[in-house]
Amino acid sequence: MSKKEWPLWEVFIRSKQGLSHKHAGSLRAADAEMAVNNARDVYTRRSEGISIWVVESVNVVASDPSEAGPMFEPANSKAYRHPTFYEVPEGIKHM
Amino acid sequence: MEKENLEALDRNFQDKIDREIRIEPKDYMPDAYRKTLIRQISQHAHSEIVGQLPEANWVTRAPNLRRKAVLLAKIQDEAGHGLYLYSAVETLGADREDTIDDLNEGRAKYSSIFNYPTLSWADMGMVGWLVDGAAIMNQVPLCRCSYGPYARAMVRVCKEESFHQRQGFEIVTQLANGTPEQKEMAQESLNRWWWPALMMFGPNDADSTHTAQSMAWKIKRNTNDELRQMFVDATVPQADLIGLKIPDKDLKFNEETGHYDFGEIDWDEFWQVVKGYGHCNNERVTARKKAKEDGAWVREAANVYAEKRAQRNKKVS
Repeated sequence: MSKKEWPLWEVFIRSKQGLSHKHAGSLRAADAEMAVNNARDVYTRRSEGISIWVVESVNVVASDPSEAGPMFEPANSKAYRHPTFYEVPEGIKHM
Repeated sequence: MEKENLEALDRNFQDKIDREIRIEPKDYMPDAYRKTLIRQISQHAHSEIVGQLPEANWVTRAPNLRRKAVLLAKIQDEAGHGLYLYSAVETLGADREDTIDDLNEGRAKYSSIFNYPTLSWADMGMVGWLVDGAAIMNQVPLCRCSYGPYARAMVRVCKEESFHQRQGFEIVTQLANGTPEQKEMAQESLNRWWWPALMMFGPNDADSTHTAQSMAWKIKRNTNDELRQMFVDATVPQADLIGLKIPDKDLKFNEETGHYDFGEIDWDEFWQVVKGYGHCNNERVTARKKAKEDGAWVREAANVYAEKRAQRNKKVS
């Protein structure tokens, strides 16, 4: 008998129309279709969702948290990308 | 150099904890923190899974269809809680099946409360009211645990547990308001479950080996004795309201502290059950082991089916 374990899947749930899918957790299942069925039972027992995505965890490519500093530094030094960087003269409306 | 690096990483880690920044799976964490979490979360997962067994005992004998449907939903929730937690354990690099085998081979612990038998229907009420009530007391602060995946699993679990506690209290309330025999059944059940429920919070603070470190790491937010006191303060008025008597002759409201004083817990009994000599320790582990062995062909079949389907899809395309 093979001891092959079911692969791990990441589960994403859309809670209602108009919202994007959000990571809910993970689970084990033999294939994608069974993963969707398991996700329904594990993560939507109380109407938490109307749509499910599953992605096999090995296929997720992630940034390295220990590199988060340099990785996101370019955004930190560009305050001029935010509207609050600019002064608006008193009395100006709708801006 | 290596050692200095490690010390710097550890300092940085504790600094994040102190600033209430959550730790996520791929972040640096000291080995001891990882080990503590693997132990705690897997024990927690085992408790949810083993916790299905005392309730399963009453599914076929639930007094009516409504009670049966509710009980089944609750047991399904416990399975779900176990699954959230095993997933959280996997984010720490632990192997899910290995942790399950630790339980089945008697190497891992789970909450001792599930080593007590469920002898009457009233026990289904008492388990929901007291056991899930005590679990909620323990789990609400865990929603702010420093480890992200554990905290997120706890948010989900806590939402679902409050249904468990209310349905239990409903059962107990109906029995307490029923015939003298029904009220007696509820009281007898309370007499058996009260002290084990208090033991669920673990040893007194002075005797708790893990508490100080777990609090420094913000895995734990309250000590065992604090949580136990909160549980007693919350539960005693509930018992009063439905006319049941807490089986503790030393129980008394203390006007000065604003809390209930209560009697000494029988710690010998606690350690006996922890060490494996409770009523059902053997039965519970045997049942889990049998479930894994009997389910092996299902897991195997699912794998074969998945392979076949993948091949069929390949041919079509």
